[in-house]
Amino acid sequence: MTALAERARVAARVPTRFLPVVVTFALFVLMFAGGSLRYDSFASGQVLLNLLIDNSFLVVLAVGMTFVILTGGIDLSVGSVVALSTMVAASLLRAGWPAVPVMLLVLAGGAVFGLAMGAVIHYLVIQPFIVTLAGMFLARGLCYVIDLQSISISDPVFRTIAQTAIPLGDDLFLSPSAVVALVVVAIAVYVLHMTRFGRTVYAVGGNQQSAMLMGLRVGQAKVGVYVISGTCSALAGLLFTFYMLSGYSLHAVGMELDAIAAVVIGGTLLTGGSGFVLGSVLGVLVLGTIQTILSFEGTLSSWWSRIVIGLLLLVFVVLQRVLARRSAAAST
Amino acid sequence: MRELLRKPIWPLVALLLLNLAVTPSFFAVRVQDGRLYGSLVDILHNGAPLALTALGMTLVIATRGIDLSVGAVVAIAGAVACSWIAASPDPASPGAALTGIVLALGLAVVLGAWNGFLVARLGIQPIIATLVLMTAGRGLAQLVTDGQIVTVNNDTFSGISGSALFTVPVTVVVAAAVYALVALVTRRTALGTLVEAVGINPEASRLAGVRSRSIVWTVYVFSALCAAVAGLMISANVHAADANNAGLWLELDAILAVVIGGTSLAGGRYSIAGTLLGALTIQALTTTIYSVGIPPEVSLVFKAVVVILVFLAQAPKVRALLARRRRGGSGPPPAAPTTPAAPAPAAETTGSGR
Amino acid sequence: MHPPRPLVEMLGISVAFGPVQALDSVDLRLYPGEVHALMGENGAGKSTLIKALTGVHPVDAGEIRVNGEPVAFSGPAAAQAAGISTVYQEVNLCPNLSVAENLLLGREPRRAGRIDWRGARRRAAEVLGRLHLDLDPSSPLGAHPIAQQQLVAIARAVEVDARVLVLDEPTSSLDASEVEELFRVIRRLRDDGVAILFVSHFLEQVYAISDRMTVLRNGRLVGEHRTAELSRRQLVSAMVGRELEVLDRLDHAPAAPADDEDPPVLSAVGLGRAGAIEPVDLDVRPGEVVGLAGLLGSGRTELARLLFGADRADRGEISVAGRAVRIRNPRSAIDAGIAFTPEDRKAAGVVGDLTVRDNIVLAMQASRGWMRRIPRRRQDELARRWIELLDIRPADPDALLRNLSGGNQQKVLLARWLITQPKVLILDEPTRGIDVGAKAQIQALVAEQARDGTAIVFISAELDEVVRLSDRVLVLRDRRPVAQLAGDDVDTDHVMELIATGGEAGA
Repeated sequence: MTALAERARVAARVPTRFLPVVVTFALFVLMFAGGSLRYDSFASGQVLLNLLIDNSFLVVLAVGMTFVILTGGIDLSVGSVVALSTMVAASLLRAGWPAVPVMLLVLAGGAVFGLAMGAVIHYLVIQPFIVTLAGMFLARGLCYVIDLQSISISDPVFRTIAQTAIPLGDDLFLSPSAVVALVVVAIAVYVLHMTRFGRTVYAVGGNQQSAMLMGLRVGQAKVGVYVISGTCSALAGLLFTFYMLSGYSLHAVGMELDAIAAVVIGGTLLTGGSGFVLGSVLGVLVLGTIQTILSFEGTLSSWWSRIVIGLLLLVFVVLQRVLARRSAAAST
Repeated sequence: MRELLRKPIWPLVALLLLNLAVTPSFFAVRVQDGRLYGSLVDILHNGAPLALTALGMTLVIATRGIDLSVGAVVAIAGAVACSWIAASPDPASPGAALTGIVLALGLAVVLGAWNGFLVARLGIQPIIATLVLMTAGRGLAQLVTDGQIVTVNNDTFSGISGSALFTVPVTVVVAAAVYALVALVTRRTALGTLVEAVGINPEASRLAGVRSRSIVWTVYVFSALCAAVAGLMISANVHAADANNAGLWLELDAILAVVIGGTSLAGGRYSIAGTLLGALTIQALTTTIYSVGIPPEVSLVFKAVVVILVFLAQAPKVRALLARRRRGGSGPPPAAPTTPAAPAPAAETTGSGR
Repeated sequence: MHPPRPLVEMLGISVAFGPVQALDSVDLRLYPGEVHALMGENGAGKSTLIKALTGVHPVDAGEIRVNGEPVAFSGPAAAQAAGISTVYQEVNLCPNLSVAENLLLGREPRRAGRIDWRGARRRAAEVLGRLHLDLDPSSPLGAHPIAQQQLVAIARAVEVDARVLVLDEPTSSLDASEVEELFRVIRRLRDDGVAILFVSHFLEQVYAISDRMTVLRNGRLVGEHRTAELSRRQLVSAMVGRELEVLDRLDHAPAAPADDEDPPVLSAVGLGRAGAIEPVDLDVRPGEVVGLAGLLGSGRTELARLLFGADRADRGEISVAGRAVRIRNPRSAIDAGIAFTPEDRKAAGVVGDLTVRDNIVLAMQASRGWMRRIPRRRQDELARRWIELLDIRPADPDALLRNLSGGNQQKVLLARWLITQPKVLILDEPTRGIDVGAKAQIQALVAEQARDGTAIVFISAELDEVVRLSDRVLVLRDRRPVAQLAGDDVDTDHVMELIATGGEAGA
């Protein structure tokens, strides 16, 4: 009882908008602590770092998705764009292109893909759900156009990046992909909180009509977030390529759901206007911890992760609903 | 051009004609072992699960909702039925099959009621509410099948897909029957009108005393039921439940079919016939891709192109642009207020969404 | 007292929407250091005039001058650049962002491309300090009550050194102490030399804050007056006007003169809702028309919505035909025999994409539940009969309701309820925005329904109409009842007096 009262007091001190992130963080700590108590080798720094290493692409995807969802939109195409990026990279490398132009081309392709979807959504006023659904089909289909089979990668640059471990002393290490993911997170935090573009993203999600009346560049923000999401998807595709060292049409099937789940679990409102990139990162870490626990458990089947993710989604959706009701009640 | 695109039947006709041009025997239908065979029959047979799912989706969308969980429900229904049959003392008996089927349908009612609870009772946005079951559902299906592909050798169960009634495949008969039933129910009861009223103007419906909660509840249960029947068809077709792949992305195809059929995602007026056409169009597209000799994997690209075209043709903004083009910029757009006495300027926005 | 030259001059402004003349050669002058009230009932053209000033609507004729220079703004942004800021009734800010951000969004101080948050907070604190607002700049806007948000919107508007501030019904959702705080801010700005245009339906507020007022009616200028020189009665008379039209042929003859012995069919005791309307007692007897008179925002609509359960009352009791009923939602009101046509026909009444027939039977069908459909033949019969009875045009039951004119839509909504034979019929502005012929028909219908024994609660912005139709009139003012009139006391002058003064002599 006292613990409950104590928690209530803590909750009262935390501003409402940080509450979901705090809950997610507490959840992450709890899960990690639970895993550490149950398994001997769980509580190591490297297990923690591995969460980042094994989910670097998901972190990048979730960052892009956060931008889109903050404006009240959604991007269903991200998983397919990841797959397409692996295919484009692998096939160009097979054709003998050098590594760096391939990477730049993939990134530019993702940006253009996002730009096209964003322009259709904003200027032709078609629902994001439908436009990005078409984008999802298109990108996945283009994968098959490139090749039906998996293409393995032998390019030395890609292989080197994939196998490099950046030592952090004490037998700990990070992969280059994880570092890239961290850099992306840092840039995203900067853009969202330190630039007018970022604040406009929040304003559009809060109330698009008001944002327009305040004279903000609503169009730029609405199209911009899809460009960012497209670029992040392409980058995540590259990271995924390093991870798998192959391009394949069936890579990253359903990954858009993981990205959306991470964002929601991270406390971002699907209606837009409220949420933090760091929350999404925590969301990814929670998802990663579920996987890690399952792999440590060994006997627990993989589908439990889906069920647990669904349950977490439910909890957070209901929590958000309750918070929304409470703040609505407070302001009248 | 615009007129043609608005009629949802034209894409289907075009696809069928294309097939006829490529394969002259495309329309040929023959009877073999007391069952009809042929490309057209295949389209109907393979399209039945999609057509059913899209039917449930139509009513959900008409109430301004959406049901993302139908693919997961398909997987769960197949998993439950097959697991029950496989675990029963006599896996080949008709009794086991029937019990399994009833179990699957009963569970679907529960799942639909769950969605309805989240949407109607807790007031959570439909897209988010059904996302929960979409994510967890496939895991539940795998839990039921223990991650295995559960094969069953039960003639009664396989009969859902394999047998024929008066030479017509049972899948087609069932789908047709459900469509007829829904057409009948929405016409014979007031459900259709009230569903539309709730979708068109929820506030006016509330003030007119419409019990919108129970209506919303009903359509989500019905949508889950349709998905469950589709799931039984799919697993009966392969004599197995594949929790991983059965009904994968079916929700997206179903939404597409609904929208191609002319029902707006914004809710309100819906068209059951349009949805049927939409579902058949999508199935015909898949079949065409096979018969024209394009690798089936590329079908997604075509699907994307069709979706984009249909939506561009339907988007009000695009229509406005086209209309302005056609008039050649001669004079201002005709301001035709339907309510001449209302001096309400267009810029008055009602506080929507908040 | 004021410099000879006005800061803003609008001369001979005309705006038309299609065939509707929204403004017809209207003048408006705003002086620096003065609060100017813009007065008029619904549809008088106040909003249109404001939108013409801020460039939302182009003007068809007339000239706008700022500081003597003719201007034509392309939109609110251009008007703002010229020093004319607008604060709307609905707070147009982002509740999810902090107070400071809402003040500065789009013009945050930046250093090397990044937002200088420390500078922004300082700037925000300055702006808030200038208006003596005690708000934490870094708290989220949504955490504050609407009143405070409204003040933040004003602070944002003046942050850009506005010389003209337009306040479009800023007080409609504020309580008395909140209004006082708003007025304090307005006076401070006025003393700084800002010209303020103030729109409100609350007479007391207008008299408390304004120095000068312009009155509009039906898109025309009635007059410009110094507030001190215009009595409340004169103002109401100017706003409401007198209409002598075809309606006069409608005989005012209640069939069953209100008999106090009759038990009331609808009885409300202490019915109220915080922030909407103070507790009200109301009895309506069978065959009686009770009018609710008062200006917009007086609480007339709010009371009607409580009676029907469209909004939930937080105090008081309702009984129907002597039996206490709990009215928690429209459903329970309908089950008790109460019917209601809302003020906002389009948003809350019309189901536009359904046919006239479907709309007519909607309420009856809803009561029966979806399983028991009204047989098609009966539907057709009902639709045909009521289309004929109410002269609905086009006389086509299969026409979509959205294609009908406002008057005919209103008749369909009336038919929707009349076929359910309610004991109590609540009509909120059933004649608003519809042509004269349809208006007369609807009034005749109301009288006829009363003769047949229905208890009717009738709301209209037009006093003449309320007075002519009602047996008794409940006068509301500033969200509270001020008087009930019956019999010979029901007369336009008397009602107008009460609306203007609240019954206090010599005001």
